[in-house]
Amino acid sequence: MSVDQAAVRRIAHLARIAVTDAEVPHLQNEINAILAFVEALSAVDVSGVEPMTSVIPMKLPMREDEVTDGEIEPLILANAPLAEDGFFVVPKVIE
Amino acid sequence: MEPDLTELTSLTLAEGRDALRSRRISSVELTEAHLTAIERAKGLNAFVATTPERALEMARASDARLAKGSAGPLEGLPIGVKDLYATEGVHTQACSHILDRFKPPYESTVTAHLWRDGAAMLGKLNMDEFAMGSSTETSCYGPAASPWLPPNWSVEKARAALAGDKRGLLTPGGSSGGSAAAVAARLCLAATASDTGGSIRQPAAFTGTAGIKPTYGRCSRYGMVAFASSLDQAGPIARTVRDCAIMLRSMAGADARDSTCADAAVPDYEAAVGRSLKGLKIGIPREYRLEGMNAEIEALWRRGADWLSAAGARIVDVSLPNTRHALPAYYIVAPAEASSNLARYDGVRYGLREPAADIVDLYEKTRAKGFGAEVRRRLMIGTYVLSAGYYDAYYVRAQKIRTLIRRDFEAVFADGVDAILTPATPSPAFGIGEKGSTDPVEMYLNDVFTVTVNMAGLPGLVAPAGLSAQGLPVGLQLIGRPFDEETLFTLGHAIEQSRGPARWPQAWWA
Repeated sequence: MSVDQAAVRRIAHLARIAVTDAEVPHLQNEINAILAFVEALSAVDVSGVEPMTSVIPMKLPMREDEVTDGEIEPLILANAPLAEDGFFVVPKVIE
Repeated sequence: MEPDLTELTSLTLAEGRDALRSRRISSVELTEAHLTAIERAKGLNAFVATTPERALEMARASDARLAKGSAGPLEGLPIGVKDLYATEGVHTQACSHILDRFKPPYESTVTAHLWRDGAAMLGKLNMDEFAMGSSTETSCYGPAASPWLPPNWSVEKARAALAGDKRGLLTPGGSSGGSAAAVAARLCLAATASDTGGSIRQPAAFTGTAGIKPTYGRCSRYGMVAFASSLDQAGPIARTVRDCAIMLRSMAGADARDSTCADAAVPDYEAAVGRSLKGLKIGIPREYRLEGMNAEIEALWRRGADWLSAAGARIVDVSLPNTRHALPAYYIVAPAEASSNLARYDGVRYGLREPAADIVDLYEKTRAKGFGAEVRRRLMIGTYVLSAGYYDAYYVRAQKIRTLIRRDFEAVFADGVDAILTPATPSPAFGIGEKGSTDPVEMYLNDVFTVTVNMAGLPGLVAPAGLSAQGLPVGLQLIGRPFDEETLFTLGHAIEQSRGPARWPQAWWA
């Protein structure tokens, strides 16, 4: 499989990465090189094989459903590029 | 008498520990010697941030505990930390612009364990951006340089390159290239590193150091900047196999904050160093003998088998038939998980933010500016293989192939094989600026011998195995059963002993 330039733009938008017109052909070549590299996998017989879900067999640990931390609003906001009155600030989302 | 500075930085971690315990040296002296070495080695670009005040404060506290006789296992030993471990209030950026100015309000479990055991933090180490790369060239701070001189280079030529763009100097590998360069250049006694596809083992091989990627779940991933969560694992790089054993014992252990971290006791790994090899069965996988393989690496591999055999182990041929699928499958699974993990960098909660009129524009502009070319490429690949219509063809298929790869190893271990010996890298270190500029896959091929181990969750150790004909370090990889790091330390030490005395580059950069 390979991608065309429209697909590159669609993928970039899905990944929330802005791309310029000048970047698209270059990205298309690189992505297609990688897709060509992984193409060999389509020939592998995987019938009846379960996809791996956990690399080491282990039971997911359970704990009481209780609050173990919190009340750390200043720490959570400390690295925000823009914060006001205890909130993260973003451009207007709903008109 | 004042101990000599070079003498202090030439100690192994174990020697430093013993010298501190017997009070022949102090932690402050040892730490100051390393801070001086770091200052003189700025050109190598191994450290991206130093924390001298914190290091000395920790060293003074260690000296007090040593005086009281209440020393921890790593008491007073100065170490470096890869930039992807969250260190409270200290620069933590995974060498990406998107984490500009980020200072975590919490500490990673692995580093917390190291400080609990008495280690002192010298600073944060260079790496490929988000651990995506094999040469540290994708770091937003620029590449780290290996302390090993390129073949036939004069010191003058190397110094000039170091002051310039570093092209032609050798790469220390990646992604943990800063860790490997700093350890090989004697800027720290040991360093934390991390490994998703070979990021501990390839840099160790390139710099003549030792490194281990433990079993998936051996160390907590809490507070490690995530790349591919089902593959990422913490581990150390140090100058000897014994030093890696000492480091791993402190780094490993259960953690309620990482549900994939194993709730299993941590053995005294150092006790496995020097154990007899009698009765151990070592597999040589025929599929690792690649067409057109570097003749020197192939000869080294054979020599490694001879060394282990001479030390009492039995060598057998084994087959891992799905080996050749591991690297392509990795380049589906790892980018897919990365695209999910790195969705958190949105310009809202931390790090870089590019102003924009609406929220989607803010995300897209921030991520375009904050991520480097390799990261953007992998996020797009990951997004593509997870997108509607391609998920089954790529991602699910790759996870099925992963099952096949693990079954290969299970079958070999079920046959009584204790560990598998393979080359660590296809070649000795290459030069900065030499690979991957036109075809990203060229760089990816560096991981051909190491990714299988991450895909199967197994422990893998790289032991220093001497120098190539051109005088560059080469390493050998040992792959073990899940949670049997001890056997790897036993075998790795045997390889290190057979190689003869360690040789390190003179400090031409200072």
